[in-house]
Amino acid sequence: MLSTDADILKTAEAWRRAGKGVAIATVVETWGSAPRPVGSHLVIDQDTNFLGSVSGGCVEGAVITEASEVIADGKPRMLEFGVADETAWQVGLSCGGRIRIYVERVD
Amino acid sequence: MRLDLLSGLNAEQAARRPAILITDLASGEQRLVRAKDIRNDPLEDELQEYLRLGKSGLLEKEGHQFFLTVQVPPVKVVIVGAVHISQALAPLMRGVDLDAIIIDPRTAFATPERFPDVTVLAEWPDAVLPGMSLDRYTAMVALTHDPKIDDPALSAALRSSCFYIGALGSRKTHERRTQRLMAAGFTDADIARIHAPIGLDIGAVSPAEIAVSILAEIIATLRRDRRRAA
Repeated sequence: MLSTDADILKTAEAWRRAGKGVAIATVVETWGSAPRPVGSHLVIDQDTNFLGSVSGGCVEGAVITEASEVIADGKPRMLEFGVADETAWQVGLSCGGRIRIYVERVD
Repeated sequence: MRLDLLSGLNAEQAARRPAILITDLASGEQRLVRAKDIRNDPLEDELQEYLRLGKSGLLEKEGHQFFLTVQVPPVKVVIVGAVHISQALAPLMRGVDLDAIIIDPRTAFATPERFPDVTVLAEWPDAVLPGMSLDRYTAMVALTHDPKIDDPALSAALRSSCFYIGALGSRKTHERRTQRLMAAGFTDADIARIHAPIGLDIGAVSPAEIAVSILAEIIATLRRDRRRAA
């Protein structure tokens, strides 16, 4: 089955109810050509299982790593990604766009 | 996000009701506004506009930056006619996350064997459409060629806020259909809502190709505001 944003949030609820630590990452702002629209979700559990996407696969790895910390300390974070050579991150968007992603824990 | 808010969002989605989750990005505070409660909300005007656009986004208000997660119901497609094209169309729709419902009173056509994993109603459109909400997130596709079956379905769709209405048939067939619908009281503006001949012009020949052209036209209508050349 493909994953719509609705399926992704249903999965987030199911994982949490199963007792797992869960974080939701949401694209809140984009500039230029961005691979996924504002509102797109990626959900991550404590074992780094994930569903959905916030880019075309370019920055998911970094978001999943951050999500593990959000799951651990419960503090929401705002992440920003641009083209690879302009950011402090090891990863970037090859399309030249910029995106801002909000990561929060499900409590 | 609190689990009860997440659960609330999912419940509204399951009930095909729009909802908006508001997050204050500085404090992390959140609240869920259901469609019926928007008119009592301090952000009423802004929420209505976001809902109309059906898009999530940022909102700056009185020194606060809010993110609005706008959730609209999944797109539903009512297919009238359990015909060969529908057999190709139903699985394609599932592949792009559209909910399909098939209606055809002819019991030889409307069988679960011909349509595995799809809701199939072996009923006249008149009998089942009144109980179905044909909302702005619904598309109607009439594929039987038979005015006895197609016309009542098209009439119901024209009286509703369906975002897409399509009818199979040649230009000549559509001319006769137009005359019948006008005689029933529909106007030119009503008729103009019907995509006929149905589907994008991709030169489709086989039932499966026609299904692709219909699906593409539904998506093109749904995403009209994003198209480079409308």
